[in-house]
Amino acid sequence: MISSVVRASLLRRVVGIRAQSTWTQVKMGPPDAILGITEAFKRDTDPRKMNLGVGAYRTDAGSPFVLDSVTQAENQLLHEKLDKEYLPITGLPQFTRAAAQLAYGSSSPVLDRLAITQSISGTGALRIGGAFVQRFCEGTPTVYVPGPSWGNHKAVFGDCGLTVKPYRYYDAKTRGLDLEGMLEDLSNLPRGQIVLLHACAHNPTGVDPTPDQWARIQSVVEENGHVAFFDMAYQGFATGDTDRDAHALRTFVEAGRAPVVLAQSFAKNMGLYGERVGTFSVVGASRDERARLESQLKILVRPMYSNPPVHGARIAARVLTDPELRSLWLSEVKLMADRIIGMRVALRSRLEKLGSSVAWNHITDQIGMFCFTGLTAAQVDRLAQEFHIYLTRDGRVSMAGITSANVDYLADSIHAVTQ
Amino acid sequence: YFDNVPQAPADGILQLSVLSKADSNSRKVDLGVGAYRDDNGKPWVLPVVRKAEQQLAQEAGDHEYLGVGGLPALTNGAQKLIFGADSAAIREQRVYSIQTISGTGANMVGAVFLKQFKQPTDAAVYISKPTWGNHRNIFETAGHEVREYRYCNYSTLGLDIDGMLSDLRAAPRGQIIVLHACAHNPTGIDPTAEQWAQIADVMQERAHFPFFDCAYQGFATGNVDRDAYAIRLFVERGFELFVCESFAKNMGLYGERTGCLHAVVASSARVAAVSSQMNRLSRATISTASAYGAKIAGKVLQDPELYNEWIENMELMSARIMDMRTQLRARLEKLGTPGDWSHVTSQIGMFSFTGLNLAQVERLRTEFHMYLTNDGRISVAGLNTGNIDYVAMAIDNVVRN
Repeated sequence: MISSVVRASLLRRVVGIRAQSTWTQVKMGPPDAILGITEAFKRDTDPRKMNLGVGAYRTDAGSPFVLDSVTQAENQLLHEKLDKEYLPITGLPQFTRAAAQLAYGSSSPVLDRLAITQSISGTGALRIGGAFVQRFCEGTPTVYVPGPSWGNHKAVFGDCGLTVKPYRYYDAKTRGLDLEGMLEDLSNLPRGQIVLLHACAHNPTGVDPTPDQWARIQSVVEENGHVAFFDMAYQGFATGDTDRDAHALRTFVEAGRAPVVLAQSFAKNMGLYGERVGTFSVVGASRDERARLESQLKILVRPMYSNPPVHGARIAARVLTDPELRSLWLSEVKLMADRIIGMRVALRSRLEKLGSSVAWNHITDQIGMFCFTGLTAAQVDRLAQEFHIYLTRDGRVSMAGITSANVDYLADSIHAVTQ
Repeated sequence: YFDNVPQAPADGILQLSVLSKADSNSRKVDLGVGAYRDDNGKPWVLPVVRKAEQQLAQEAGDHEYLGVGGLPALTNGAQKLIFGADSAAIREQRVYSIQTISGTGANMVGAVFLKQFKQPTDAAVYISKPTWGNHRNIFETAGHEVREYRYCNYSTLGLDIDGMLSDLRAAPRGQIIVLHACAHNPTGIDPTAEQWAQIADVMQERAHFPFFDCAYQGFATGNVDRDAYAIRLFVERGFELFVCESFAKNMGLYGERTGCLHAVVASSARVAAVSSQMNRLSRATISTASAYGAKIAGKVLQDPELYNEWIENMELMSARIMDMRTQLRARLEKLGTPGDWSHVTSQIGMFSFTGLNLAQVERLRTEFHMYLTNDGRISVAGLNTGNIDYVAMAIDNVVRN
C-alpha cells in the first residue's frame, strides 16, 4: 500500500480536481411539497394536530390498515416456503391474468388480445406506458393530463421525453367538472394525442365524470383519434364496487374505437403500497398483435429493472384467485370506501350545522381518497399555523386523515378560516 | 393502431432457459442459469433469510410506502457492507445511498443520473469486452454512447491487462468506466490487487469516473471484505464513484429485487444536491422501491446474529462453487482433455468462460443436453456431484472431436 503521506497528497489533488469537475453543476432538486407538509406535521407537538396530506388509507383510529385478506394470503405463502427465483420480465402470470380480469371484467373479450406486464406499482406502469407511447405512437404525441392532476404525472412522462400539457378539468367555481372546457380542449388538439384519464377517484380533486359525461368524453376521444391512457389507482376505492369503478375503462374498451392503455395499481385497494404491485397493459387488435406488443414491453422493461418484485405479486394473485380471500378482500375494499364516504358526510353536515355561508356539497359530490376543498393558500396556511391542521396548499384534503374523533375539530377549524 | 409495432427479438439467455426447460432428457444439465443451485440442482433460499422472514411475520408490520431513499436499515447496512464500517467516506458523510430495484435498477438510476449530469457532457460509457448483456442495453437506453475496453484474453482466458490499461489510457479524459467489483460476469476473470492498483493509476491519470457494478460481494471468495477490495481501494485513492450493489445472489433474494446505488462524492457539501437529484429521478421511474426484500436484507445486515449466520450461508455457497471448479478441472485434466484448464479454478464466482466455441456449445446442447450460452460461459452453480462426471465427459468429447 502507498504511504499515508503520498496517499494524503494524492487525495488532496484528486479531491480538489473532483470537487471542481464532477458534480459542481448539480443543482439542488426542487423540494417535495408533500414531504414538506409531513415534516411540519412531525415537528408540531399540538395534540390536536392532523395530517391531511397523507396519501395512504388510515383506519378510524388513524392507523395504517393492513387488510386481513392480505395478511392471510401472506401467511399462506410463508407456510408454502416458495423460492425467490426471478420472475419473468413481464411478471407473475397468475397475477397479471387476475389483475387483467379485475380491471377489464372476467368475461371481457379483449383478455386474449391484451398485452400486459407487471409493473412497479402505478408509477412504474406509467413509466412503461410513457416509454411505450414515446417509442410507438406516430408523430411523438403530447400527453394531455387533466388540470390539475397527480403531481408525479408530469415528472414521469417528462422523463420519458414526452411533452405534458393540461386540458381543462376542474372548475374552481363549482368545485366540479368543467366538462365543456374539457371537451373543447380535447377537440381542439391535433389528432392522435395521448389523453390521460383518471379511471375513477380523480387525484387530487375527487371530481369524477358521471356515466353520461364519460360517454361524451369518449365520443370526443374517439372522434379525434386520441389514445385513451387510463390511470386506475383506486379501483374499488371510489364507490366500494370494483366493477362500477371500472365502468369508464370498460366502456371505452367495449366500443373498441379508441386505442386503450392502462396503468393499474394495487397500492391503495389492497393496501400493498410499499410492495409496489401494479400492471401496465395495452389492448391489442388481435392475438398476433398481442404477441408483438408483449415482446416490445419486455424490451422496455429489461433495461429499467429486468424483472419485477415477486412478493407483492404473489399476495395479490392469491387474494384475487382464492374465492374466500377474494370475497373477504372485496368486503374490506368496501369498508375503506364506506369509511371515507362516512367522513365526507360527517364533515359536510357539521359545516352546514355550523351555519357556514360557503357551499359544501362538493365534499360529498367528490369521490375517493381526496377532496378539493376550495380553500385558498392563505386559508390553508392559517389552518396549519393556528389549528395545527396540515394539507397541501392547493386545498387538497386526504380523507384518510379524518376520523370520527377529529372530524368535528376539522369542520370547526375550516369554518373558522372561511368566515 | 399498433400495426407498426414489430415483433422484438427474444432475450438470448431467456431463450436458452426455454430450450432447457423443454428438454425432457434425464441427463439434461442447465449451465445457463444465473442463479445459485444447491447440490441437488435446486434453488436455495438461505436459511438466514427464512429466519428473517419468520421474524418479520411475527412482528406483523405493515406495507406502507418506503421513503424515496429506501429502507434505512438496508441502505445504511449496505453502505457499511460495501465500503467497510470504518470507511472514511462514510465517516465524512460523503456517501449517498438510494435503494433500487436490485442491481439492474441501480445501474439504471446511475446511468440516467449520469446522462443528465456527467462532465464532460459527451463522455462515453466504457464497458468491458465482454460484460453482462444488459450493461450496453441500460446505458444506451439512457442515451449514452457505449464503447468497449479490452478485458478478456481469449487465448489465455485470463485478464488482458495490457489491452485494458492501453484502452483506458487512450480514451479521452473523463470517461465513465464500468468496472465489475469482483466475480466478473461472464468471464469470472478478476484483476489481482496489483492489477487493480494499475487500473486505478490510469483512471486517475485520465480523470475517468469509476462506475462499479457489485453483484457478488461475499459470493466470490466467501469473504465480503476481500470481495470489496477494489471498491475500497478506489475510495481510499480519493475517487468519486458510483457502486451498484445487488443482494440477488449473495442473499439469494433474486426476485425480491433488493439493491442499492451508492454515490461517493468529494465532499459532504455535495451530497444534498446529488441526493436530491437522484431522488427526483427515482421518483419519476418507480416512486419508491419494494419493501419486503429490503426488510429481510435490513434485518440480516443489522442483527449481529443473523449477519453471522448470513456469512456462514454465503461461505457455504462460495465453497460449493469453488469445489465444483476444483472437481471439474481435476476431471478434465484426468481425462487428458486437450487444452489448459487452469482457468477453471483461477476464474472466480458464479460464471466460467470455458473457451468452448459456438460449434462445441451447439453440440453440447444437441448431443449432450447441456445448456450454456453461445459465448462458452457456464454457470458453475449448475454443476453438482450428480452431473459433474457427465459434464466433464461431454466437454472432453466436444473438444476432441
